[in-house]
Amino acid sequence: MLPTLGLLLSCQLIGEVAVRALGLPVPGPVLAFSLLILLLWVWPALADKLRPTVGVILANLSLMFVPAGVGVIGNLDVLSEDWLVLLFILVVSTLLAMLAAVFTFIGVGRLTRNRIT
Amino acid sequence: MTGVENLWSYLSTTPLLWLTATLLAYLAADALARRLSNPPWANTVLMSVLLIAPVLWFTQTTYATYFEGAQFIHFLLGPATVALALPLWDNRETIRNSVAPILLALLVGSVVAAGSAILMARAFDLPTEVILSLAPKSTTAPVALGVSEAIGGLPTLTAVLVILTGIIGAIIVTPLMNVLNIQDWRARGFAVGVAAHGIGTARAFQVNPVAGAYAGIAMALNALLTSLTVPFLVKWLI
Repeated sequence: MLPTLGLLLSCQLIGEVAVRALGLPVPGPVLAFSLLILLLWVWPALADKLRPTVGVILANLSLMFVPAGVGVIGNLDVLSEDWLVLLFILVVSTLLAMLAAVFTFIGVGRLTRNRIT
Repeated sequence: MTGVENLWSYLSTTPLLWLTATLLAYLAADALARRLSNPPWANTVLMSVLLIAPVLWFTQTTYATYFEGAQFIHFLLGPATVALALPLWDNRETIRNSVAPILLALLVGSVVAAGSAILMARAFDLPTEVILSLAPKSTTAPVALGVSEAIGGLPTLTAVLVILTGIIGAIIVTPLMNVLNIQDWRARGFAVGVAAHGIGTARAFQVNPVAGAYAGIAMALNALLTSLTVPFLVKWLI
């Protein structure tokens, strides 16, 4: 567990430093995610070592959003009198985005598969 | 001072109380969701929040005090994002075969997520700064806040809208995909990752590991894309 945490934090640290040093428009952890993929590519045996701890972290990903979620309750007043309209827009827009993404994914998947076979 | 007041003044100065409360609320919410076999409406983030918020209100605890304890959990979002590299690596074979669907679904999903929100907000005559705060709502919070600030939105409003979007996406994805009879876990996961970032990804991992892996890819790629597309869409649509 601890070596995995050490590696994840090291990647994140390198990511955060690189983002700041180079002025990149991405969050440090997203760059660090790419760095870890690169490490796995160079050293595939790493995957099995990471799996137990990473499994626990990803199975409980919801936990990490709870503090921010509690913050939402305290700040609900920023939605002001527009709250119902905003809620409506969020539901419809999220629905549309998922429909667009899922049908594009499946449609393009079928097209590209047909071209190969 | 009475004994109770003494105890309270001790507890309110250490992070222990709210750190423990956050973990216990999550464990209770997670146990309940599992017991009901993870129905979409029993969202673990939402249930945990609904357990904690009344306690904060009742004890008149400010968010700043709460966050002194909860920050240790909040901090784990960073390493958890890095950890998403492993499921991507584990699924590299199928990902290699779906590069075209991934990139196009990313572009279309990302543009529809921001574009539809901007157009509806305009149709409802919302103030410009509200529209600007709404535009990056489907991407992960740190990126959304940065984009919102850069284009002239209100970061606090964006933070609220981002979290709400995540919870909404996590709740509607399963019934939506079931109604459409979509059985491709890659497509299902990818859609919720594009539209509802990390909270959607958390839901995807709850349902299926392949869906989780694809949601993670979608979230990471959308974090990269949103900072490019949203400023452009905002210029074009407002």
